[in-house]
Amino acid sequence: MERMLMKGNEALAEAAIRAGCKCFFGYPITPQTEISAYMAKRMPKVGGVFLQAESEVAAINMVYGCASSGIRCMTSSSSPGISLKGEGVSYIAGSDLPAVIVNVMRGGPGLGGIQPSQSDYWQATRALGHGDFQNIVYAPSSVQEMADYMGKAFDMADKYRMPALILADGLLGQMMEPVVFEDKEIKMSDASGKPWATNGHGNKRPHNIINSLYLQADELEQYNVERFKRYEKVKEELPELESYLCDDAEIVVAAYGSVARLAKAAVEQARAEGIKAGLARPITLYPYPEKELKAACKTAKKVLVTEMSMGQMVDDVKLALECRLPVEFFGRTGGVVPKPSEILAKIKTMKGAE
Amino acid sequence: MFDFGRAVVITGHYGSGKTNIAVNLALDCAGKGEPVCVVDLDIVNPYFRTADFGEFFERHNIRMSAPQFANTNLDIPSLCIDMEALLDNYRVILDVGGDDSGALALGQYAALLSSRGCDMLYVVNKYRYLTHTPEEAVELLRDIERASGLKATGIVNCSNLGESTTVEDVESSRDYAEQCARAAGIPVAFTAARRDLNVSDAYPVEVYVRPFWEEK
Repeated sequence: MERMLMKGNEALAEAAIRAGCKCFFGYPITPQTEISAYMAKRMPKVGGVFLQAESEVAAINMVYGCASSGIRCMTSSSSPGISLKGEGVSYIAGSDLPAVIVNVMRGGPGLGGIQPSQSDYWQATRALGHGDFQNIVYAPSSVQEMADYMGKAFDMADKYRMPALILADGLLGQMMEPVVFEDKEIKMSDASGKPWATNGHGNKRPHNIINSLYLQADELEQYNVERFKRYEKVKEELPELESYLCDDAEIVVAAYGSVARLAKAAVEQARAEGIKAGLARPITLYPYPEKELKAACKTAKKVLVTEMSMGQMVDDVKLALECRLPVEFFGRTGGVVPKPSEILAKIKTMKGAE
Repeated sequence: MFDFGRAVVITGHYGSGKTNIAVNLALDCAGKGEPVCVVDLDIVNPYFRTADFGEFFERHNIRMSAPQFANTNLDIPSLCIDMEALLDNYRVILDVGGDDSGALALGQYAALLSSRGCDMLYVVNKYRYLTHTPEEAVELLRDIERASGLKATGIVNCSNLGESTTVEDVESSRDYAEQCARAAGIPVAFTAARRDLNVSDAYPVEVYVRPFWEEK
């Protein structure tokens, strides 16, 4: 297995190319610009398209058009830029199209800052755009996972005909780790197997229409109901969670993405000091791994949610546990990265308060 | 091992190991009692950069000069460095941003640096995807030279896979470094390897750029 040393952002881009992504539409913003820069260098060499659009809004609408033709395509941005893409994502979801969107989160709200954060959890899982829809959300936690879940995001977006989001943050985007690519060669991807694609009917079939406008209320309702039936399948088939030292854990720390790496260090230190701590790391944020989290908290007396936000995942943890366990929160926000020692101190306080 | 000019410019691909090489070279100079200044010329990278080492440098009697707004939330690549004064008083080690886009910032100092004696080292890492072949590495070097107006004088072989680098990983990169050097028409200045690997005939470096979950 050939290992390469890559930045998280580069691994995402290379994995997308190998997964058969043929078109990338982007607009630069820190801390995800390496994705664009990498695509600009690599796409022309592999017969793909790199296009720097005039804005984030333009880029997501190019994805809308490209996805309509059945070609694998994507866009990427960071927090403020993702807000701009919201309208386009909603159109893509409303037209039942597969596409991949990457958010390398930075501090917000507003223009915020350029340091890492996880403060777009609500946006990613609840309302990436207007209307009745959901999108798949993968939250990788290492450079290797940035690569692995990029390919998976394309596959699942195609399978369920819905947008998939990779929710990363500045730390994951910028850090470097060795990575091995599962796809050795660039996967072939075309519109075969996508009978809905607007790629030319060649006088052999009726023409396809890609649309999200339905002026008859009952017709629109019917589409929404059908879409949510599909989401039920997604909820059955996709949830993923990694649990670490949870089998006998009294205090389970729930954290995702880069913060799970920090929480892991804190959990290991707590174990070294005789506290039975464990880590439950949701990998899919939508669908939320409810059953898996509940199983990880089997022996837990308390749960600590830790994030680089003001506590946006707390409600999902409480819902998954049906509010049967006390759930506390520790987080830093605005671009400040929590220290493992701070998480450990919180674990100790919770242990002491028993 | 080193007989470099008054200014030592460290360039290379993103993540080749430039910053860590710059920090190690500076510590060596300072250890010999030589007045040394590290100039962070990186106007590209938002995180993991020389400017992170402010306190560390102070402890080791190394002067640091960084972009005005480095490591702040202000995304403005403003440089106000009195290079001439620095060259008068210090051995100057310049840590340049990745690729040709980072090297662009170097151009304004090219004539001055050349007139005072300058070595530009090109750091290569065989395990970086886009510079995996000597041809790709030299293609990027030429872009950097064009952007900066300076010519590289030596290759630094810093081939590594981060924490998991083995002696074998380093040894099997030597041929790659020689091929890069031949293709670029300049010598391999040295091969750098983590001190604890004890690679013979290599410049031993400490890894100062640490994973974010390790507390300082």
